[in-house]
Amino acid sequence: MRHSILTATAALALGATAAAAQEVHVYNWSDYIDEDLLTKFEEETGLDLVYDVFDSNEVLETKMLAGGSGYDVVVPSGTFLKRQIQAGAFQKLDYDQLPNSEHLWDVIRERTAAYDPGHEYAVNYMWGTTGIGVNVDKVTEILGDDAPVDSLALIFEPENMEKLQDCGVHFLDAPTEMIPAALAYLGEDPDSHDPGVIQQTEELLASVRPHVQKFHSSEYITALANGDICVAFGWSGDVLQARWRAEEAENDVSIAYNAPKEGALMWFDMMAIPADAPNPEGAHAFINFMLDPVNIAKASNYVYYANGNKTAQKYLVPDVIGDPAIYPDEKTLENLYTTTPYPAKVQRVVTRLWTKIKSGT
Amino acid sequence: MRRFLLIALPYAWLLALFLVPFIIVLKISLSDIALAIPPYTPTLDLSAGWDGIKRFFAGLDFENFVFLTGDDLYWKAYLSSLRIAVIATAITLLVGYPIAYGMAKAPPHWRPTLMMLVILPFWTSFLIRVYSWMGILSGEGYLNQLLIAIGLIEEPLTILNTNIAVYIGIVYTYLPFMILPIYAALERMDESLLEAAEDLGCSRITAFWLVTVPLSRSGVIAGCFLVFIPTIGEFVIPSLLGGSRTLMIGKVLWEEFFNNRDWPVASAVAVILLLILIIPIILFQRNEQKAREADQ
Repeated sequence: MRHSILTATAALALGATAAAAQEVHVYNWSDYIDEDLLTKFEEETGLDLVYDVFDSNEVLETKMLAGGSGYDVVVPSGTFLKRQIQAGAFQKLDYDQLPNSEHLWDVIRERTAAYDPGHEYAVNYMWGTTGIGVNVDKVTEILGDDAPVDSLALIFEPENMEKLQDCGVHFLDAPTEMIPAALAYLGEDPDSHDPGVIQQTEELLASVRPHVQKFHSSEYITALANGDICVAFGWSGDVLQARWRAEEAENDVSIAYNAPKEGALMWFDMMAIPADAPNPEGAHAFINFMLDPVNIAKASNYVYYANGNKTAQKYLVPDVIGDPAIYPDEKTLENLYTTTPYPAKVQRVVTRLWTKIKSGT
Repeated sequence: MRRFLLIALPYAWLLALFLVPFIIVLKISLSDIALAIPPYTPTLDLSAGWDGIKRFFAGLDFENFVFLTGDDLYWKAYLSSLRIAVIATAITLLVGYPIAYGMAKAPPHWRPTLMMLVILPFWTSFLIRVYSWMGILSGEGYLNQLLIAIGLIEEPLTILNTNIAVYIGIVYTYLPFMILPIYAALERMDESLLEAAEDLGCSRITAFWLVTVPLSRSGVIAGCFLVFIPTIGEFVIPSLLGGSRTLMIGKVLWEEFFNNRDWPVASAVAVILLLILIIPIILFQRNEQKAREADQ
């Protein structure tokens, strides 16, 4: 009896260390995966998956640059990826461990090469645009049938915002999204790195600031779906998830997403492995799992974001592959712009401006 | 030797848990922001020997402190934190004193139960208690439902995401810190002093102001500092209950650190916050010492 208890304890202890060694820690955006895939990954690989979420590139960057985050896979957007590669935050990918990378879509690969030349450090997870989500009925009720739902005038004209205020408007809490949008509305280059040009957005943003209920980068999904707010300036798939949630709840809330006609930001979220990742092998296993066309298609079908996987397209439901808000057609593509990382000094101008806008001082 | 150890131990404690972390923060506040791991420069490179140390000190400057004076956001945040802390402390005192008084006047066999009731909320996580206030105060929350049901208001009140919600959160959270020291002072009070005052012609109310209040003063002061000091740097309550218009230095610090990734400026904000807090902390220490001397 005594013997068996000892063996059992020893086995438990061994099991515990073995399990600890085989944990994979993934840090991804919130509302960005079909959670069935997490269980599927554990079943297929026998690894323990610890999956945490964030809703801000800035917070991820702080963790990366502090070092010792303990994560094996993280998903920064392109511009942030580029900067963090320069800071030495990531290790190179071992493509031998990523056989599924053959499915990557060359169109997206060409575009993401701007952030990671040669694709040494990262592969695309998903991509999308930043635009305007509206509660269709309420906005037409307030602004009439010709409400500019596909124009930045909806959120940057104080006259419109004042009327929408009581119904509720949310902005992303992300200066790298809001400032390019404000520049696009002013007719400037959205990717301008000139502090003088960037400063011009302060007046515009401050003029609509009093009518913004909240600056937040994930709450608007639920708020839109429940009918608590009328307008959100947010990410394409998130707004479409809100539309789907409202349909599921049958609460008579109809949501629409539009990429603004003045130009919309096109962004790419990239899977990368931190330089000090505790389990790089597990990290490669996870990335390879997400590069599997069936898996990534399942994720896209769930979160309404396009992915960078060519083969996966045949597994997408018509709602996703056929929606120009998700897979833009040629005409919409022309209207999309991309941005590049700000140099350190300009970055301070941007963050300072944003803090000022948000605190209303 | 024993004596030496007795004195050295608290100093070692202070050194390890206060001075060393403070010097690290002070050092970062003198550095420059950089795109690197960690995100500031210079870092001390001991392998380069004396030259490395010289280079390290040459790279430090007070630029971040100058920067703080140039941007009115920080002064406004400090002042706004001070104002919120003063008002919240005053409200906590107004609410806490009668409770402590009632506890001290209650029959002795009730007191342990009353004490228990004050301490009981501490058994639940602070975060969960603040979250539950969100459920109570929101537009569709319990408070509004109740007020509408009894016909006091017709439209729901906007309380959540305003400074009023922040005050409610602070008063609720820090109330026990106010009640306990006042209760301790009142309980020690000799009842016969009040009888003597009344015998000498004082009304009960005058006796309260002339006898009870002065005798509970050390408890009141201790309670006020225990509420005031942590409230100034409070981060959780304003970020959960306050709106984007609630300006508190704890929130600004968090944003500098996480959103702006500007550790040097965040550290400079923290150093100044500490300097501001040192004054009330020293006053608090004096008050404690006086109370101890009075006891002996």
